[in-house]
Amino acid sequence: MSLLKVEDLTVQYDGSEALSGLSFTLEQGDYLCIVGENGSGKSTLIKALLGLKKPDGGSITYQGLAQSQIGYMPQQTDIQRDFPASVMEVVLTGCLKANGRRPFFSAKTKKLALENLEKTGAAQLAKKCYGELSGGQQQRVLMARALCSTEKLLILDEPVANLDPKATDELYALIDELNKKHGITVIMVSHDIRCAAMQAGKILHIDKTLVFFGTTNDYINSPEGRRFLSHSHHDI
Amino acid sequence: MDNIIKLLQMTFIQRALIVGVLVSLSAALLGVPLVLKRYSMIGDGLSHVGFCALSVAAVMNLAPLYFSIPVVVIAAFLLLRLSGKEKIKGDAATALITTSALAVGVIVTSFGSGITTDINSYMFGSILTMSRSDVRLSIVLSVAVLVLFVLFYNRLLAVTFDETFAKATGIKAQLYNMLLALLTALTIVLGMRMMGTLLISGLVVFPALTAMRVFKRFRSVMICSACVSVVCFVVGIIASYVFSTPAGASVVAADLLAFLLFWAIGAVKYR
Repeated sequence: MSLLKVEDLTVQYDGSEALSGLSFTLEQGDYLCIVGENGSGKSTLIKALLGLKKPDGGSITYQGLAQSQIGYMPQQTDIQRDFPASVMEVVLTGCLKANGRRPFFSAKTKKLALENLEKTGAAQLAKKCYGELSGGQQQRVLMARALCSTEKLLILDEPVANLDPKATDELYALIDELNKKHGITVIMVSHDIRCAAMQAGKILHIDKTLVFFGTTNDYINSPEGRRFLSHSHHDI
Repeated sequence: MDNIIKLLQMTFIQRALIVGVLVSLSAALLGVPLVLKRYSMIGDGLSHVGFCALSVAAVMNLAPLYFSIPVVVIAAFLLLRLSGKEKIKGDAATALITTSALAVGVIVTSFGSGITTDINSYMFGSILTMSRSDVRLSIVLSVAVLVLFVLFYNRLLAVTFDETFAKATGIKAQLYNMLLALLTALTIVLGMRMMGTLLISGLVVFPALTAMRVFKRFRSVMICSACVSVVCFVVGIIASYVFSTPAGASVVAADLLAFLLFWAIGAVKYR
């Protein structure tokens, strides 16, 4: 069953087209990696998928899932790095939808937060101060927060940016586990193209419009894929 | 002690204390998200706009509060919005608005009475200026701030920590930003005549930073910030009476001492 259907999507920024005529579909349980150069419209696509930017043409349809039920993990901001909040407080900000209109968190909501911290292997950090964690630990906490607002779809924006190689490997392993073991569909934007491509089952390569969409194996053997992979090899 | 009791019986002192405590409380609570969102200078910008508005009101014989409140509220909306994706960045926008408001205010004042004592009391505050309507407005303001922070605490934390994520989960982040702007503007307008245009932003910035030296959880930072702010205000006012120093400056000096104390405690605790 397709979870997400993007048809002929066009998004404009300040009058110029950041994305045009983009179409692809995603099945439940897919692991998609979005690749492309800087300014190719990756961030715009994410914003559109989350409903933060209205499409100027085409459509985005979710099946069995509301747009606000996507688990989103944005890139870290400067504000967050030394933010005075406990890990639990941070994860709970992902549970606001689940908690409904209540002004305070119910016991059930707190349980949900703890369960997701366990899923990301960060349960022992619950009482720690978020600002004092390592980069990899912070990402696990943000992943738990994202999981609190979804059961089906995670959108990860550059999840391994600024992480050391060990933390990067661990985070990829975690994403893989969430995808395979818990059946959560994953959409990931990554600069770390070669690693990301090894992880993901499908690749969406965009450059303001569709360049390639298909399985990772097909991508590696396609002319676009070969060019992009060898090109980014020199970059790194 | 007798002197202090006698002091507390004077109407202008009672008013100043009520308004001061409530404004300190509101400023301290609003200060935490503002400082964390890197809007520390907004209090300074708004108080200068308030100064400009008060000068215009004085010269044109308008009711000072009813004229300055809408002006400062509009400035607050502009400042919080200007800091987004606009061409002029937040700190530069604040600097522009601060200095131009000050310039216009000083020129307008010179057209009016032209007496420098007016400017002096605007700049450094005067404890004698609080009226009955200030007392009423400060009660309304502090109730609004408390309601916002108690009932919408979790949403405010979400929006402060990560606005993009909050928006993606369906929280109306812009609404909370506008509420923050509105309440900050009211706090500044109410507090600035007592604390002074140049000193009022201390009430917004100091308590939050002081609390963050020692506490590492959002809830504790909030509570500590509010307590520190109120205590420093009362201590500052008493000190200003005992040592015959200007009220606003004494309060900020008390805030500074508290900051240094908490900084030392934090340094020892997190060594």
